Amino acid sequence: MKIIKKIINLIKEYYKFILITVLVYLLIEILNGTIPIVPRLLNRYYMQILMFALINIIMTVSLNLINGFTGQFSIGHAGFMCIGAYTSAYFTTILFKAAKMAYFPQLALFIFSLIMGGLIAAIAGYLIGLPTLKLKGDYLAIVTLAFGEVVRSIVRASDEISAFLRQIGLVQYSETIAKISGPRGLSTIPALSKFWLVYVIAILSVIIMRNFIYSTHGRACLSIRENEVAAETMGINTTRYKIIAFSLSAFFAGVGGGLFAHVLRFIHPDNFSFIKSIDYLIYLYAGGMGSITGSILAATGLTIFPEFLRVINFQQWRMVIYPLLLIILMLRKPDGIFGNREFSFLVPKRKEVN
Amino acid sequence: MTKKQLSDSINNNILTYNKLTNWKKYVFISVIILFFLFLYVLSFGIKVFLQQLVNGIQLGSIYALIALGYTMVYGIVKLINFAHGDLFMFGAYISYFLGNYFIAHNFHYSFIIVLIFSMAFTALLGMTIERIAYKPLRFKPRLAALITALGVSLFLENFFALSPENIPFPLNKIVFGPRFLPFPALISDKTYNLAGISINNIKILNIIITVILMILLQYIVKKTMIGKAMRAVAFHKDACLMMGININKIITITFGIGTSLAAAAGTLFALTYGQLQSPYLGIWPGLKAFIAAVLGGIGSIPGAMLGSYVMGISETFATSINSNFGYGIAFVILIVVLIFKPAGLLGKFTKEKV
Repeated sequence: MKIIKKIINLIKEYYKFILITVLVYLLIEILNGTIPIVPRLLNRYYMQILMFALINIIMTVSLNLINGFTGQFSIGHAGFMCIGAYTSAYFTTILFKAAKMAYFPQLALFIFSLIMGGLIAAIAGYLIGLPTLKLKGDYLAIVTLAFGEVVRSIVRASDEISAFLRQIGLVQYSETIAKISGPRGLSTIPALSKFWLVYVIAILSVIIMRNFIYSTHGRACLSIRENEVAAETMGINTTRYKIIAFSLSAFFAGVGGGLFAHVLRFIHPDNFSFIKSIDYLIYLYAGGMGSITGSILAATGLTIFPEFLRVINFQQWRMVIYPLLLIILMLRKPDGIFGNREFSFLVPKRKEVN
Repeated sequence: MTKKQLSDSINNNILTYNKLTNWKKYVFISVIILFFLFLYVLSFGIKVFLQQLVNGIQLGSIYALIALGYTMVYGIVKLINFAHGDLFMFGAYISYFLGNYFIAHNFHYSFIIVLIFSMAFTALLGMTIERIAYKPLRFKPRLAALITALGVSLFLENFFALSPENIPFPLNKIVFGPRFLPFPALISDKTYNLAGISINNIKILNIIITVILMILLQYIVKKTMIGKAMRAVAFHKDACLMMGININKIITITFGIGTSLAAAAGTLFALTYGQLQSPYLGIWPGLKAFIAAVLGGIGSIPGAMLGSYVMGISETFATSINSNFGYGIAFVILIVVLIFKPAGLLGKFTKEKV
């Protein structure tokens, strides 16, 4: 009976969320023509844009955890994405040939590789976070930026690394690393990121972020944002919580990177440059720091908007209109579109406290 | 502030032996650096070493000019002006058009005039940007201004990269186009050979102009009334208001001076490398210079100079070993320096007060 009660409670808590996500999913599938009610309106190009929008949601929400909720200023998110993308592509393309597998082993392998990508990104986040999180504000920002660029240049130098490994006698490792082929880009990645999978993972990441933020640990992170000294005085181990937030965020960035690699099917270190990190920063601040709703809507809207301009034959202007819109938005609403506000289905109900 | 930082600060204040350990630390670091330089000399020879040193100083000069603008703007409004690299680009293009005009009219020895005009035009653009995009956000959340800076940066890049054939009349006269342009030879290239080291007269000119501009900047900041007002605004804005200093005017002038230095750097850059790739050329020099400014301690003018030379020299040395290595080394140095000196080489570490 207890279990049934628990399930009922869960459904009660999440029913709006489930309803909305399922409806959105059905709508997209109907438009895509998978459920044949209306003629197909979304071609593969539009579906790819939607997948990128979902990946950008994962990335922006995870960046929001560091920048919006913990109050640390990180601008090297593409570095974690790069680690995740290369790790998962390593598993599916180089180590195992996922393209030749049956459906279910393939799916299992893909999910495993995504998790591995996330974990390795999280470890990288932990390692970079440990010494640098004592830095404040812009100094932390620039170290994260530098971290992203270091990751990128390490991948670019994969040929030299493999040559070096061969010189010292580790031929097997050197061959594996040579297959990454950094400066030429890693191609022939199987297209494993199906729309439903990306959708489910995006929703999972949003739910996990939301539950984290409204948990005790999340509260600790919020208190660090509000006033670090006061938080420390209240007995919160600020370094620990900063590192937790940083690693969790890096984990999701890694998963997002893995999905990205299997949508695009070709990754190059230059895909994950500083400019990519800047994109996520823009989505985050346009949506509003400290608002998951804002991140979701801004990531979707700002991914689709430039492509929309392309579709209505405004190609040459699209990257001019986009920054202009951004400037006007920030001048009119400096806190972002949503500021601190959330949709109600993204805020858990407060329990009665006696 | 963590416990360790607290105890460190107490040690710094009370105990004198800490100075001794600091001294040892510096000796240790310089021994390591000398060791690497020695290895370099052993493997490549003294001539290559000196040649790369000259190249590094030249590159460092260009970085220094850009970094000075970054650091001045940061010092006065605490804003990372991401559009600075694009103002550098704008300066380079303006001097391209002016230079072509002068050469077409047989007006030789025009380099200094081109430089001055380019600095003036770019300063005007910089001040306009400040008035439109940054001034309304001065007392709003600091990161909103950062996002508008990113927006301005994207706008400048993408607007000037529009191809003139595709857009209507009044605008197609303004844009630069995405094409590669050869920079006019304003100064005939002469190469001197000093004991096996080839030194170009343009490289010497780079260094001389940088030194002159630095001295001029030091004079303005330290000796004139405007400089005094700038330092006052950087120190405490509200107190400046009470003392009758026009903050807006001073900030605009600071932007003007900073951007004119960037324009000088752009002109020298274009003259040295003889080409303008595209309006996106300002991104990476801008980023590197920003990192140099952080390395030296952002907000400090001597720090920006020191950081830029460290950056330029280390980058040329590393690039001469391997190009990918050269790209990443700047970031690695930055991370290492910031871990040991969290406020940069010459920056002051401000203690947090409760």
